[in-house]
Amino acid sequence: MTPAQWLRRLGFYLVIVLIAAFLALPVLWLVFAPFDRTPTLATSLPAWTLHNFATLADNPYALRSLGNSVLLAVGTMVLVTVLGALAAYALSRVRIPGRDGLLYALLLLSSIVTGTAAMVPIFLLIYQLNLIDSQLGVVLVLSGGLLPAAIFIMKDFMDTTPRSYEESARVFGAGPLQILRDVVVPVVRPGIATCAVWTVVNVWGNFLTPFILLRSPEKSPAAVVLYTFYTEGGQPNLGLISAFSLLYSVPVVAMYLFVNRRYGFRFHGGIKR
Amino acid sequence: MVRLSTGRAAAPLLVAALALAGCAGGGGPAAAPADPQRNANAKDVTLVISANDAQGGKNADEADWIVNYVIPEFTKQEAAKGVKATVTFQPSGVDDEQFKTRLSLDMRTGGGADIVTLDGIWVGEFAEAGYVRPLTDVVGPTADGWDGWAQIPTAVQQLGTYAGKRYGIPYSTDGRVLYFNKDLFARAGLPTDWQPHRWQDVLDAGAKLKALPGVDPIQLNAGTAMGEATTMQGVLPLLAGTGTALRADDGKWQGDTARVRDVLGVYQQVYGGGLGDPQLQLDAKGRDKSFTEFAAGKIGILLESDYFWRSVVEPKQGIAPMANRDQVVGFAKIPAQQPGKGPRGQDFVSMSGGGIRTVNPASKYPQQAWQLLQFMNSAASVTALVGGTPRITQRTDVNAKTLSRDPLLTYISGQVLPLTAYRPSIAEYPQVSQALQEATAAVLAGTPPADAAKKYGSALEGALGGAGNITSN
Amino acid sequence: MAQATSPPTDREPGREPEPGRGRASAAAGADDAAGLGRVRASAFVVPALGLVGVFLVFPAIWTLYLGLTNFRLTGVAAAHPKVVGLDNYTNALGDPGFLNSLWLTLLYVLGSAVVGQSVLGFVVVWLMREAPRAVRTTVETLVMLAWILPSSVVSFLWIAMLDRDAGTLNALLHTPGTAWLISHPLLSIIVFNTWRGTAFSMLLYSAALDGVPPSQLESARLAGASGWQQLRDVVFPHIRGHLLTNLLLISLWTFNDFAPYLITAGGPNGASETLPVFVYQTAISDGRLGFGSAISLLMLLINLVLAVGYLRLLRERRP
Repeated sequence: MTPAQWLRRLGFYLVIVLIAAFLALPVLWLVFAPFDRTPTLATSLPAWTLHNFATLADNPYALRSLGNSVLLAVGTMVLVTVLGALAAYALSRVRIPGRDGLLYALLLLSSIVTGTAAMVPIFLLIYQLNLIDSQLGVVLVLSGGLLPAAIFIMKDFMDTTPRSYEESARVFGAGPLQILRDVVVPVVRPGIATCAVWTVVNVWGNFLTPFILLRSPEKSPAAVVLYTFYTEGGQPNLGLISAFSLLYSVPVVAMYLFVNRRYGFRFHGGIKR
Repeated sequence: MVRLSTGRAAAPLLVAALALAGCAGGGGPAAAPADPQRNANAKDVTLVISANDAQGGKNADEADWIVNYVIPEFTKQEAAKGVKATVTFQPSGVDDEQFKTRLSLDMRTGGGADIVTLDGIWVGEFAEAGYVRPLTDVVGPTADGWDGWAQIPTAVQQLGTYAGKRYGIPYSTDGRVLYFNKDLFARAGLPTDWQPHRWQDVLDAGAKLKALPGVDPIQLNAGTAMGEATTMQGVLPLLAGTGTALRADDGKWQGDTARVRDVLGVYQQVYGGGLGDPQLQLDAKGRDKSFTEFAAGKIGILLESDYFWRSVVEPKQGIAPMANRDQVVGFAKIPAQQPGKGPRGQDFVSMSGGGIRTVNPASKYPQQAWQLLQFMNSAASVTALVGGTPRITQRTDVNAKTLSRDPLLTYISGQVLPLTAYRPSIAEYPQVSQALQEATAAVLAGTPPADAAKKYGSALEGALGGAGNITSN
Repeated sequence: MAQATSPPTDREPGREPEPGRGRASAAAGADDAAGLGRVRASAFVVPALGLVGVFLVFPAIWTLYLGLTNFRLTGVAAAHPKVVGLDNYTNALGDPGFLNSLWLTLLYVLGSAVVGQSVLGFVVVWLMREAPRAVRTTVETLVMLAWILPSSVVSFLWIAMLDRDAGTLNALLHTPGTAWLISHPLLSIIVFNTWRGTAFSMLLYSAALDGVPPSQLESARLAGASGWQQLRDVVFPHIRGHLLTNLLLISLWTFNDFAPYLITAGGPNGASETLPVFVYQTAISDGRLGFGSAISLLMLLINLVLAVGYLRLLRERRP
């Protein structure tokens, strides 16, 4: 290699290392603080202990809340993915007047509903439907808020997937539902899987909706329980918070790795030319 | 241009939304008080207690007490009377503002627990919104006849009083003092049994501490990042020291007055004179950090409540524990501006906060809920709550017995509580507090106190809708 | 996210793409590859629209109605809210706090989404083309990790990173005592959001670059074009549509992002108080829900302006 090429290679790797460091450094706190007897807001090598996790195990709601988070996330994911995929497919393949305008309007409205100001109407609506303190209520509200973007993403995925397969299948006499099941779904699976992951990530971190709509501590998801590890004066108990954050993060990361391995993770479809 | 054919669908939807909003959004709980004696003879009763506590989280002691003592014992007590009581606890444990939001939503729809817990300063706004009513309206005239009232000092009863009526039973209170690090004082040549008698004494001590390297002499909460902690552990104790309350009995709030300017002047002397760390006040976690700094011996004097002693620097369970707390942490009363200038001619002042518990007007079983409330505030129950960790309770009889082990809490209960004042439980208070915090933030940024006070005055007029209720001079 | 609007439904070679307005039902066959038919297509769409109608559109419109009142959660205005018409809006437009938040939010979107996430995402994708597989997987996983971790966790990570006394950044740069979150709050949250959201842009560009015909790149390279020229003349024209549509989405998401609150709580004296934080302070801390709802509508209108702006830009480029 010439010196110029060698220098270029060096520069290339330097940039990659810088980027990787930028991405990885903040996460170090999550690796060290949970195992620290007296963690602070700074990242430091800990006095190794599992005391924080033991305390969490004694907490009657901590571990159970992780299960609740899974419940809410999976429920919302199923609802959003199924309803969203159906709607996205129909909107992608059939010319319904005003579909683009509709999607944009819904996308914009979803920003209001996921904000703070809508909490009173949502609470009153759920109260009228008698769904206060019910996880179903939370799932329905979260699904409503996430569907527009999910449909947008999946429709776009399907738009860029060529219709030739479907057309051929139709020529061979397959009905629409069969086409959907056997031809379309396998091809757009990465897009659906991506949408599913995106939904789970959004539900996993959502605090305000479950907090406003749920009352029983047995039903609270981890996002809400995380905020109880403060003292009466508002000071955070960093040992519990960091340990719980670690436990709280593991399932979503595992899910992403699983989906990525099986389906790949892309927001955009199309067949490679 | 994208076509919006959905426009046609929006109009009927809008009309429907307005209609529903009109009937469901505007109305609050029932306007007329219901009969206090309803369901008084029921033999099968369900009651819910709610509080901003979480087992294993915030206020875990109280949560455990409710679950492990109050509920079983009360159920037994009722069973002895032939009543089957099913009592449950609805915990929370989140930030106060979020808890208040959720509580408001519940009470607005006529829901919520039977025994609700409120912060003392929310009583006014909840009463005006119709969410809580005077105890005598909810449970009948017997409310005033409870024998526990005699054990709760009149000053502490202020916590649950609004417009002259009792809205609930206070369940805790606290007091504020000046904490100081005896080691640092010794090194700076200050007495370790320090008791300042005027503001200037504190500033002089700060000047001497300034000589020590790496030490912030005084931590006086300031700025908006610390929220209500700035007002309670900063502005209000100082204002009390000028002899006036934030809101006079005639309803007028302190605006741009000489006293407010004096208070802001202290801030300027501390933060403009190198006696404190202005940047720490701006940090979102500034208050947390001030605690760790004090525990590490980097702050000389700190104005805080007994919460600091009990839960922050407490050697075993504190979040910034100091193993030698009892030897190193000294405490002194907060002085008035000059001796004798405090309210009622006091030489020293303090501020207190606290919460109350009350019966939800929408409760199905008000009489039984009242029984439960009295039970929770009985001497036996309160003693059970204190358990092994001394804290200041609302009852003087319990305090007399349980606080003797702890020097600071005895000090506060005996010497500070008689001097203390409470914040006005008026709906506008949070906005006034915000304006005060912003005034201190301005001084931190270098604005002269007179200008900051002027800005405070106009902010107050904006918040209160006019200068009618404001004193300025 | 290739297209901002649905593509022309006609893909057969030799036929001009129709403008697609008011097509006759006789041509429905070409619209409808899987033979769904209008009825069945509507049946597919109705469940989603039903859910959205009840749980999104209805509360959203209700919120907009609240914006016309002086509703509060506590106090007198809770029991008897009055319709104040456009007062909330005129107050907001004259409120220095609101205008400050608006300006900060625009800077936040510009800095972290338009510049930060896009550029970093693209750089990562462009560089990873030539990197060994292990390196590519590691970097991509790190980027995704930043995006997947929940907001409340990530905020602690960044507070620890930027801490004045013992933060990792100060340790690395040997600048102890620099309070990043206090002296440079907006910059801090911009860098934070860039870190957090690059994943989306990276995925998008990765797919978009897949769509660039390798033959064109190859010819350009053989013709002696430098890397930069290849980018400009071959790659950009192909991905321009993707670029704009994705900028639209991440701009909207960043505009409504609440995460800065968890890190700076609005910054020293509102120096990093973006609009979502401002609405939170107004609605929860102050309890002024009517005013907060009005601000939500204003945010929506600004989002609409942004969206229309992007779509216009997209149209201009269409051949």
